[in-house]
This record gives sequence, structure tokens and C-alpha cells, in this order.
Amino acid sequence: MTPASFFERTAPFAFTLGLFVFWEAVCQLFGVNPIILPAPSAIVEATITHWKPLLRHSGATMWTTLAGFAIAVAFGVVLGMIVGWSRAIYRGLYPVMVGFNSIPKVAVVPILVIWFGIGEIPAILTAFLISFFPIVVNVATGLATTEPELEDVLRALGARKLDIILKVGIPRAQPYFYGSLKVAITLAFVGSVVSETIAANSGIGYLMSVAGTNFQMPLVFAGLIALAIEGIAMYALFAFIEMRTTRWAFRSSFAAGG
Amino acid sequence: MTLTYAGASGGGVTAVQGLDLNVERGAFAAVVGPSGCGKSTLMKLATGLVRPTAGRIAVDGAAVEGPVKIAGMAFQNANLLPWRTIRDNVLLPLEIVEPHRRRFRRNKAEYAGRADRLLALVGLDGFAERFPWELSGGMQQRTSLCRALIHEPALLMLDEPFAALDAFTREELWCVLRDLWARIGFTVVLVTHDLREAAFLADTVHVMSARPGRIVASRAIDLPRPRELDVCFEPEFVDIVHDLRSRISEVRQ
Repeated sequence: MTPASFFERTAPFAFTLGLFVFWEAVCQLFGVNPIILPAPSAIVEATITHWKPLLRHSGATMWTTLAGFAIAVAFGVVLGMIVGWSRAIYRGLYPVMVGFNSIPKVAVVPILVIWFGIGEIPAILTAFLISFFPIVVNVATGLATTEPELEDVLRALGARKLDIILKVGIPRAQPYFYGSLKVAITLAFVGSVVSETIAANSGIGYLMSVAGTNFQMPLVFAGLIALAIEGIAMYALFAFIEMRTTRWAFRSSFAAGG
Repeated sequence: MTLTYAGASGGGVTAVQGLDLNVERGAFAAVVGPSGCGKSTLMKLATGLVRPTAGRIAVDGAAVEGPVKIAGMAFQNANLLPWRTIRDNVLLPLEIVEPHRRRFRRNKAEYAGRADRLLALVGLDGFAERFPWELSGGMQQRTSLCRALIHEPALLMLDEPFAALDAFTREELWCVLRDLWARIGFTVVLVTHDLREAAFLADTVHVMSARPGRIVASRAIDLPRPRELDVCFEPEFVDIVHDLRSRISEVRQ
């Protein structure tokens, strides 16, 4: 291993560790009030003391996120295919979708709570509502941007619209789709935590708001760290899936940067 | 193939008008003309992708009323599917055209052999398992020719297939096309900007006028076959190209 590549390999860990060391040092040197900003050592202590509720609530958040995300994937793929199929539907639905997407989803949570009560369902639905849009847009884009000449080649052979979608559209939309998943999972996570913070009785968001009202700041931050770890894990999982499933798109210049 | 066409006035632009073009079975016809003269419209009309607003188009004696399935097409861009291997790209038409479509799954091995033989003909022996991005532009264009020919079309429509290639690769591919045509014997309509390409490959070169496009001159190329690339430097050939050039200059005025 050359020194350069060693540095490159270890850089992510070194920087993360360095950040925590810097944080600890600032807290110790300036005697920062732990109610304002607890030191990493205090956070670790809180994590060890409260590992059981932390784990349970992390599990709850993971479940609502994944459930909402799963609905978003199913719904997003179907809607994306419908929108990508026909220009008329695309034009008709586009303003509605943009309007819907521009509503901050926090504003929807109280409505969901009125409809479904406090609990998991509003969290799942918020995760779904916030995360389906990028999937729809990406699937539709992949389908709609098939090269017209390629379509001519196939149509000249007597291919029907369905043939073109199956042979060209869907494979072509795959890199867009898998690319959208890692965006969507992060958004779904945001959605479920927002909903848990406002109205829930489980989940990391709920744990943090309860700990916050009790001034247990180290526990609040332990919750934050737990969220970061879950978020990174899910992003990494979908980035990995994306790379494995659509290797051709990374090798060819196709969809570069998309 | 007979194209008699009075005019298409879709979207306010009349692309071609009063266009008369007749190509015998098994002949090699080239269509040259200034840019924007409706050559691509001609391609789409002949393959049934666009319905004429007036006039009659017949391929193999039958009027064209929808996409003609006996045609193969290749364009300036190879348009290969990046997720398919070269072989699977070539096989794509067979997954669509009857009767192959029905037989495709069960006889995959037989068809794969057919694709491999065709690839060998254009000099792509041993590249069947590769992916398009691993091939040069010229090799991709050869693959595109194979894809246009795999279902044994009676008519091959080429829309400037070699325009994006460098001069040497282009001449190489002229020979590939010449040999394929001599061997398989399909009808070719080649749309091109390149007069040397038209004169070297075709039996007859048709000159189109500026928009609205129609055929203003047809010139038979009676150079003996098989033609070698050296023919391009003979005075007779140079005269033909010169003559075609002056006719195009006339119509551009």
C-alpha cells in the first residue's frame, strides 16, 4: 500500500475521530455547560447507561422509516411509470406533484395525527409522503428520455409501446431509480423523525423530545448520534445496491453524475 | 420500393413534396442532398414511422400503412443499449419481430450463433460478450449494422451511418457494408452527405433538392463491381463525384 492510498483509506475515520477529539477538547478547555453542549465523553456515558431504550427507539424509528420507504418505492415506481409512459399524464400531473412536494411535510403531521391518532401510522405516512417524489421523478425521467432514434429502430420493427418500455425504458430507468433510492431513504428518515418528534410514543425523535424536556442533554445528543449512524448505514446500503445493480451505468458515460 | 409522395405539411413545414423515388429489389440506392432537405423524413416515410399526408409509398409491392417489419435501420449514432452485451444488442430485433419473437426463448442458442456469425462477417469476431462502452465508435457502428440485419430484412435503411466516424474508419466500414451487401443481397437506401461514399457504394445516386425535398436528378454509377477503395482515385470516379457536387450546388441556389 502506498502512503497516499493509506491516507485516502483512513481519511474518513481520521476526520470523524478528529472531529470528536476537537469537540471534547473545546468542552474541556472552555468548561462548556453540559446543558448547552455535552462533551462526547458524557454522550458515550449516556449511551451506555441508556442503551436499552436507545436501541428500542432506534428500532422503532428504523421500522417506521423502512415501512414508509417501502410504500414510497411501490407507489413511486407505479406512478413514475404512468407519468413516464404518457406525455399527457405527465403534463397533467406535474403541477399537482410539484405543488404537493413543495408543502413542508411538518405541516401535514397534525392532520395525520387527527386522522390516525398518535403512534406509528403518522410516522410511516410522513416518511412515505416525503420520500416518494424523487422516486417518481427519476423513474419517469428514465422512461421519458429514451433516445428517439432507438425508439424508431424498434417501432420500425413493429414494436408496441409496451415492448419499448420493457426492453428499453425499464432497464434504462434503473440507474435513475437506484440513484433515487438513496435520496429517498434519507428523506424517509427525516420524515419519520419529524413525525416522532411532534406526535409519537416511540422512536428516536420521541426519545429526544422527552429527554430534552427533562434537560438530559447527553441523552438527546446520544439520540442524535444514533440517528446519524442509522442514516449513514441506510445511505451506504442503498449506495451499495445502486453500484451492484447498475454497474454498466457507472462504466459507460451514461447518466454520468445522475 | 416505390415512393410517390405529394407532401407532408405537418407542423407547418413541408418536408418533402412531389418526391418520386423508385428502388429495385436488391439494388443499392444512395440519396444525397443539402442539409435539411427532408432526408430523414424520407427514411421515416419509407419505414412507415410517419404516415404521408398525401401520396403513396409501397415497399415490396404493398402500400405502407404502418411500420414495415421487413426493414432494418441504422443511424448516425449506434444507439446500442449499454446494459446489453454486443451479442444481446444484435439480438434485440429478434425479440420483437415475428416469427422470431415467439421462438426466441426456446431457441436462444441458435439465434446467438446467428448473431455471432454476423458479427464475424463485420470483423467483430470474439467481441460478442463485450459491452458497448468497451468498443470504439467504428466497432459500435458495425454492431449497429448487425442489429439492423439480424432479422434478415429485405430492406436496409441507413441514415448517415458513418457520418460520426473518422475518415479511415469510415472507409473501412464502406468495405464492410459493400461486402455484406454483396453477400446477403438486401435492398439498401443510404442517406448521406458524403458524395464519395454514395458514389463508391451505390448503383444509383439520387440528388434531393432543398426543402421541400424532391428528387431532382438520378445518376447511375456504372463502375464495375467489386469496387476497391482505389477506385476513388480514378478519373472516372472523380468525374462522378464532381458531377454530383455541381448538381447539389445547383439545387442549393
